Amino acid sequence: MNVKTPSKLEKMLAAGHLAVTSECGPPRGSDPEVIAEKAELLKNHVDAINVTDNQTSMTRMCSLAACIRLKLLGLEPILQMVTRDRNRIAIQSDILGAASFDIHNILCLSGDHQSFGDCAKGQNVHDIDSMQLIQTVRHMRDEGKFLGGDDIKRPPRMFVGAAANPFADPYEIRVPRLAKKIAAGAEFIQTQCIYNLDKFEDWMKKACDRGLHEKVAILAGLTPMKSVGMARYMKNRVPGMDVPDDIVKRLADTPKDKQADEGIKICVESIERLKGVKGVAGFHIMAIEWEEKVPEIVERAGLFPRPSVN
Amino acid sequence: MIVADKKPIEEIIDTVKDFRNILILGCNECVTVCEAGGKKEVGLLASALRMYFLQQGHEVNIGERTLERQCDHEYLEEIRDIIDQYDAVVSIACGVGVQFTAEKYHSKPVYPGVNTLFMGANEARGVWTERCQGCGQCILAVTGSICPVSRCAKRILNGPCGGSAAGKCEINKDVDCAWQLIIDRLKALGRLEEYESICPLKDWSSDRAGGPRKVVREDLKL
Repeated sequence: MNVKTPSKLEKMLAAGHLAVTSECGPPRGSDPEVIAEKAELLKNHVDAINVTDNQTSMTRMCSLAACIRLKLLGLEPILQMVTRDRNRIAIQSDILGAASFDIHNILCLSGDHQSFGDCAKGQNVHDIDSMQLIQTVRHMRDEGKFLGGDDIKRPPRMFVGAAANPFADPYEIRVPRLAKKIAAGAEFIQTQCIYNLDKFEDWMKKACDRGLHEKVAILAGLTPMKSVGMARYMKNRVPGMDVPDDIVKRLADTPKDKQADEGIKICVESIERLKGVKGVAGFHIMAIEWEEKVPEIVERAGLFPRPSVN
Repeated sequence: MIVADKKPIEEIIDTVKDFRNILILGCNECVTVCEAGGKKEVGLLASALRMYFLQQGHEVNIGERTLERQCDHEYLEEIRDIIDQYDAVVSIACGVGVQFTAEKYHSKPVYPGVNTLFMGANEARGVWTERCQGCGQCILAVTGSICPVSRCAKRILNGPCGGSAAGKCEINKDVDCAWQLIIDRLKALGRLEEYESICPLKDWSSDRAGGPRKVVREDLKL
């Protein structure tokens, strides 16, 4: 498999290894040590680290600056970029800024609505959507041109990713939507957190039936539950999340001081099962404000040590 | 139609409390249909203001007029002979009417009595919902005649986003997901395969983004 960019994640996938990514949320402040500390926890156990972009619309340190910090520490960042806050000028400009630091991965998202965050009275931009953001990065990289048509001197060399949520509605277009993102130019996919494995496997099978797994690398998304309270919150309050009752019950039936361990166990079991699912090319482990648990999950799931690629 | 909603009476009082001759000016078009700024509402607002001024011990002359339209020179001329009797106007037409009245009667203060909201439809008695934002480049032909610009909270042209659940939008369970509606409609039309064609980057230069818009029809000019 030929690689198109210097991305370590792309090379890992091209070599046929199950990739492992995780994420790191920038702080609600300017302390650079927060990023460095989180990175330190993750660096030996993952191939690349997503840096979220003002997730849930809470204002934070910008994803790009945090990605640069990771890059300067010798890590492999994945720049998450939402279309909520930037028009096409800012988007292209930030892509070039990231490229100037040799950030080689981008995840194209639309972003949570601003009403969830701390600036609910603000405007949103949505000049382009996540599908068109994928097209924009591919255009800049492959054609070496701006959207306006001019040549880019030293175009970005980014491995282009997108999100997929097999659990959002309407279900019947979830696979067509994946196909659409691939047609737009997505090269890797990171899915929404998977708790309903049966539904995920059905989605994956339908994707494989269309041969989509051969055109894109699908990383299964997982978030360990810290408690039954978190499970209930995710089930009832987080848009597009599918948490089956048996997961909630399993945690509820566990003594409070053991629920975190049970959450990790569920996560490891899920990875073990998903390893056998056709089309799964890796795992995206999102341990929200619980980064210190990622190494344990990776090790217990038999994904450690990470293979090296050149 | 243009849908508007009444401003709180306290806000209107605050803007006109120092005037003693006030004209309440309604409009017989959209704001009458959405029951925010027609003849009936002119009467209600005038009564409320009279009561307020009476309680304050002020003798205030409050006039009532409702024009056929406030967005046409022709109808706005109808108040030329009475406008000098007033030192302020409260227009309860949409924002267009407020501004056009102010442009016509340049030295007269004109205050808005409604909040102008959107172009929408009357879904049920007492319920109006948005349908159009006037983006200037209509794409309804490819979206099953349902507009993602005005009806998707993120105006996503290639939706739905991951926040669509049980047909509703992530921002509020009372809001339909526009893309669920589009998909349902494409299905009803037997055109679901069109879902997979990617809608290209939109030209927003005909939208608000391009600056104040203008239509000039040479064939209609006098």
